[in-house]
Amino acid sequence: MSTSSARPADALRAGDPGYQAPPSGAARRIGGIAGWVDDRTGAAKPVGYLMKKVFPDHWSFMLGEIAMYSMIICLVTGSFLTFWFVPSAGHTVYDGSYVPLRGVEMSQAYASTLHISFDIKGGLIIRQIHHWAALMFTVAIVVHMFRVFFTGAFRKPREINWVIGSVLALLAIVEGFAGYSLPDDLLSGTGIRAMAGFVQTAPVIGSYLVYGIFGGPFPGDMIIPRLYSAHVLLIPAILIGLFTAHIGLVALQKHTQFPGPGRTNDNVVGYPVMPVYAAKAGGFFFIVFGVIALISALVQINPIWGYGPYDPSPVTAGSQPDWYMGFADGALRLLPGWLEFHFWGFTLSLNIALGALVLLPLVYTVLGVYPFLERWVTKDEREHHLLQRPRNAPVRTGIGMAGITAYTVFMFAAGNDIMAIKLGMSINDITWFFRIALFVAPPVVFWVTKRICLSLQRRDRETVLHGRESGTIIRTPDGRYFERHEAQLPEEQWVLVQHEAVAPLELEPEVDEHGVARPAARSERVRAALSRFYFADAVNPVTPAELAAAHHHGHETEAIEGAQPSPELESSQATDRS
Amino acid sequence: MNEQDPHTPGTEVTPAPEHGAVRLEEGHVVGTGGLPERFTNPGLPHHVPRMADLDEAAARRAEKQVATLFGISILGTVLFIVLYFVLDVDQTVFVPGIGRTSASNVGLGVTLALSLLGIGLGAVHWAKTLMPDAEVVEERHPMRASDADRAEAVRVITEEGGRSQISRRPLVKYTLGGALGLFALPLALQVGGSLGELPRKSLSLTWWNGGPSGPGEEPTFRPLRLMKDPENQPIKASDVTIGSVFHVMPEGLLPDPETHEGGAEDLLEEKAKAAVLLMRLDPAQIRSQKELDWGHDGIVAYSKICTHVGCPVGLYEQQTHHLLCPCHQSTFDVTQDCKVIFGPAKRPLPQLKITVDDEGYLVSAQPFEEAVGPSFWERNSS
Repeated sequence: MSTSSARPADALRAGDPGYQAPPSGAARRIGGIAGWVDDRTGAAKPVGYLMKKVFPDHWSFMLGEIAMYSMIICLVTGSFLTFWFVPSAGHTVYDGSYVPLRGVEMSQAYASTLHISFDIKGGLIIRQIHHWAALMFTVAIVVHMFRVFFTGAFRKPREINWVIGSVLALLAIVEGFAGYSLPDDLLSGTGIRAMAGFVQTAPVIGSYLVYGIFGGPFPGDMIIPRLYSAHVLLIPAILIGLFTAHIGLVALQKHTQFPGPGRTNDNVVGYPVMPVYAAKAGGFFFIVFGVIALISALVQINPIWGYGPYDPSPVTAGSQPDWYMGFADGALRLLPGWLEFHFWGFTLSLNIALGALVLLPLVYTVLGVYPFLERWVTKDEREHHLLQRPRNAPVRTGIGMAGITAYTVFMFAAGNDIMAIKLGMSINDITWFFRIALFVAPPVVFWVTKRICLSLQRRDRETVLHGRESGTIIRTPDGRYFERHEAQLPEEQWVLVQHEAVAPLELEPEVDEHGVARPAARSERVRAALSRFYFADAVNPVTPAELAAAHHHGHETEAIEGAQPSPELESSQATDRS
Repeated sequence: MNEQDPHTPGTEVTPAPEHGAVRLEEGHVVGTGGLPERFTNPGLPHHVPRMADLDEAAARRAEKQVATLFGISILGTVLFIVLYFVLDVDQTVFVPGIGRTSASNVGLGVTLALSLLGIGLGAVHWAKTLMPDAEVVEERHPMRASDADRAEAVRVITEEGGRSQISRRPLVKYTLGGALGLFALPLALQVGGSLGELPRKSLSLTWWNGGPSGPGEEPTFRPLRLMKDPENQPIKASDVTIGSVFHVMPEGLLPDPETHEGGAEDLLEEKAKAAVLLMRLDPAQIRSQKELDWGHDGIVAYSKICTHVGCPVGLYEQQTHHLLCPCHQSTFDVTQDCKVIFGPAKRPLPQLKITVDDEGYLVSAQPFEEAVGPSFWERNSS
């Protein structure tokens, strides 16, 4: 696309026709191997296609990459850890090199984790990389989901991939919890103790379920090997399978792109895999790995030797799960005790079941269902490959922020004890604050977010209609002051006007043209109401007619804000722009 | 071409209906005045060449920077290998801002990071400065297959699949359905049926019932001494001063603290249910008659296992006589029979009725009257 006659950096010297060197011996050998493979697989065609594939560029598209790379790092370091970790609750007496625990009775799982941390050369760094990468994985997934949600990337045809992604996010949490529980230290054992309590409260089958999972009474000696099997085999197999489908669908459906000049719903504008994305994405893997290695070298994570082996009777104050379990733990702290009911000799503990057994699947079900709900409301059956700027979908952005707020309230509630100590406040007051905030904060955040989006949209309109503020104050010969507004370039303007005008769906009149009653289906009325909720106060983009009118108008009464400079300012503007 | 492109199928969202009055920010005109409804896409912006595209010196500079980064990676790798052999695993080092920490962890981690970051940053810098940066356009096509392809797929499944005669032979159809519906049952039964013992009464029993309390055990009650954990020493009532707290296990449960011999076979399983906190309060402060009756002269024993999700209730506030669970902050008032005064738990901590034996040691007078620990469905039914 370059219109410059300059020689690009990838060409040879000026005047050279291009790279024509004969293939070297090595290249011939590689060609020979490739030919051998292609003779047997016909791989040349798909490989050639993939190498030319174009990916659009945006920083937020790297969030999913971070998740992917963190997962790979977890797989690599996790494989290493299995070489030394002993997934057994079998009793042993520690005699390793960590002096404070010598002679202490513990499980082989805990002893082998100490062994990895203190006696295996480089074992601690691998363990720390594994834990940090797992945290990075879960964080990156969440932030990646924010990006996909707020830009509307989940819309047709990508609903399936959104659902797959939601399942991946849920599995990542389960995988994280299973791994966190394996060392069998006091902290993670307390986590398993709480998990047993959660399962036990499941209505009707709870006690059977918990005895099934633990192979008998808690803690038993089955839970460590079973969690291990889930952590290194079952869940990773599902994770990798779903991830492959996830990334395959991205390739098949091609990546979405942000709106911009030259970008349409029918093209992808970006850089090809070979060479640009091969270098950028390949290099980014090493950057993610390197950053995690650096964090692991310098920041300690989960120092299990400080907690001691698991024993069901002692406990450490300030027990905290890893961050991704925080919201469920926070929910447990907020749910009041009166939600436990006793009737006909049975006990129903909703104070636990709601937070521990219902919330997690509920969150991910709501997430998975959202694209279908929005599509039902908008009746929009078209494919969408252009992303929306979050401000151009104010209600969705508001809903997303309200959801994040509720999640955040739960997550912070899991730290109510730490806050009480650090802030010197009453834990009861803090808990009540979060209980109220859970119901008050999300609607407030929804409203504020929506107003901010609408205001940003109005500012976009203002910019298109009247140009952007130049910061230059002009004094006219008769003493008046005004700020000069500069006309936008078409490329700048396009970003602000490219989105569609929207309006709520109209309910058909209740009486048709012959005066016969036409009862609108109940679902249609609900749909119309939701459509009003989404689009009633939509701010739509400037149309060419509106812009023309603003310019026309501007000459008469709005010279101050006129995008077209008045004649006496033309010269100064011209010099400015050059 | 953009989102309202005419050949994308589906419903068009119509622009906002024309209002009689137009808000200021919505513009100043009604109707289109013959102008198009929307702006047109201006097309790709002009490509702006980079320094390295214009200036061979800049390109050489970029090349050197990339090579330096790759060189740092090689250096990191070599240093990692050296440090792996030089550093002992138990060596420590002082790192400013972190303190004394494992030398091999810091050394190996930092050199590994250098080795990786050098490659990553070098490759990205190479892509950004020297590789082509003119954007490329690739066309998209609708995901949907053509009508002919769809029809063919349907035809193959219905017509070719129909040749199996499945729809004409209901006997085959229904028996196949039944077989496929049932075949997983043996596998599910094997896993589900063999996962573990059934709980039977074990959730409602503890070692205080007289001994091992696992599934299938039928312990008979005998008074058990309250033993200090982990010393495994019996406690004389006279040794429990007002304000003191003891962590207590039943007699016979704990192994010998020196030899690790004896004790319960399922030690952790029994500890998880039998743990008890022993406290002595001024009897005048105790507001529950049952609590006084089940105690001994202000000495009271309560289950340490939280009735919420089973964490040990580890925090005792001596001044207020509140017991706080560190997991979810359920708060129990010891002066009111361990009633829940705050937090997510519903039920009070069960009290262990205690008395004093002939030698003046504290013993249990009866087992717990109810199941300790978290709730479960059939808790009250036994």
